[in-house]
Amino acid sequence: MASQLVRELPADRAYANTRARVITLLGPSTVVAGIIWAIVQPYRLTLLHPHGQGFWWLAIEPPLLVAFAGIVFAVFVARPLVADLEDDATA
Amino acid sequence: MQPPSEMVHWLFGMGVLVLGLLMLAEVIVGREVWARRPWRAYLWPGLAFGLGVGMWPVMTFFTNSAIHMVAHGAWAQALMVMGGAELGLARGRLHSRWWKLATPIGIAVSGAAFLVHEQNGWFFARSAFLHHLVGWTLVGAALFPLALVFRPRSAVLKAAFALSVIALSVMLFADRDLAPVFGHLSPLAGPSHR
Repeated sequence: MASQLVRELPADRAYANTRARVITLLGPSTVVAGIIWAIVQPYRLTLLHPHGQGFWWLAIEPPLLVAFAGIVFAVFVARPLVADLEDDATA
Repeated sequence: MQPPSEMVHWLFGMGVLVLGLLMLAEVIVGREVWARRPWRAYLWPGLAFGLGVGMWPVMTFFTNSAIHMVAHGAWAQALMVMGGAELGLARGRLHSRWWKLATPIGIAVSGAAFLVHEQNGWFFARSAFLHHLVGWTLVGAALFPLALVFRPRSAVLKAAFALSVIALSVMLFADRDLAPVFGHLSPLAGPSHR
């Protein structure tokens, strides 16, 4: 017969997990916001109708800028931050 | 080959969005965890300083009027002083808490710059509306860092400041050079485009 021991997480650790989850979600949520914007207002993505557009209109796409900000945050800030949160929780 | 001014607002909107996310992340994890890696302490002050540097080309190339140049120039300096003071505090070179006043002053000057260089009324066009809205939002948001000088550990104030910065980025992304706002577009503004 197998038995399982269930142990409650210390409150501090549970709190750290919640914070880590929120930090992890910030970047992807921003990316999703950019994608939703692109779907709702496709005319803001000039790349979808590039004929006759100049350099700046093809280079600067606001919904993509939002998504880019989310990716930068998720990769360069959120990942090491979550690692530090987990270290802090286990210490 | 100058970009339309709405694109400048969008690019700054992206920078401000990252700034807001950084500030929000710092509030969520707390000061101790945020300071675990030394480079992280320089992130948002460095970005604020960079946004100030980025304001100089705006002053140089977008010379619609003298007030535009004065507003953008003052704004660039205020943002650089704000970022520089925060960098000095993060580095430990500056010790007095009164240096923290550079942030509310920088934010308030940014708000004033938005307000003074918009010479049309709120419902002239969307850009005019957003310049007024962003200006007053910044003036209001300056109260949060001002209060933080006296209550530096308040998570509520920090969160409110971070969220106001994110709201500011949304306003910047909503900017269009020629578009109606709530159905209003002055015939003096010209024909709207997509």
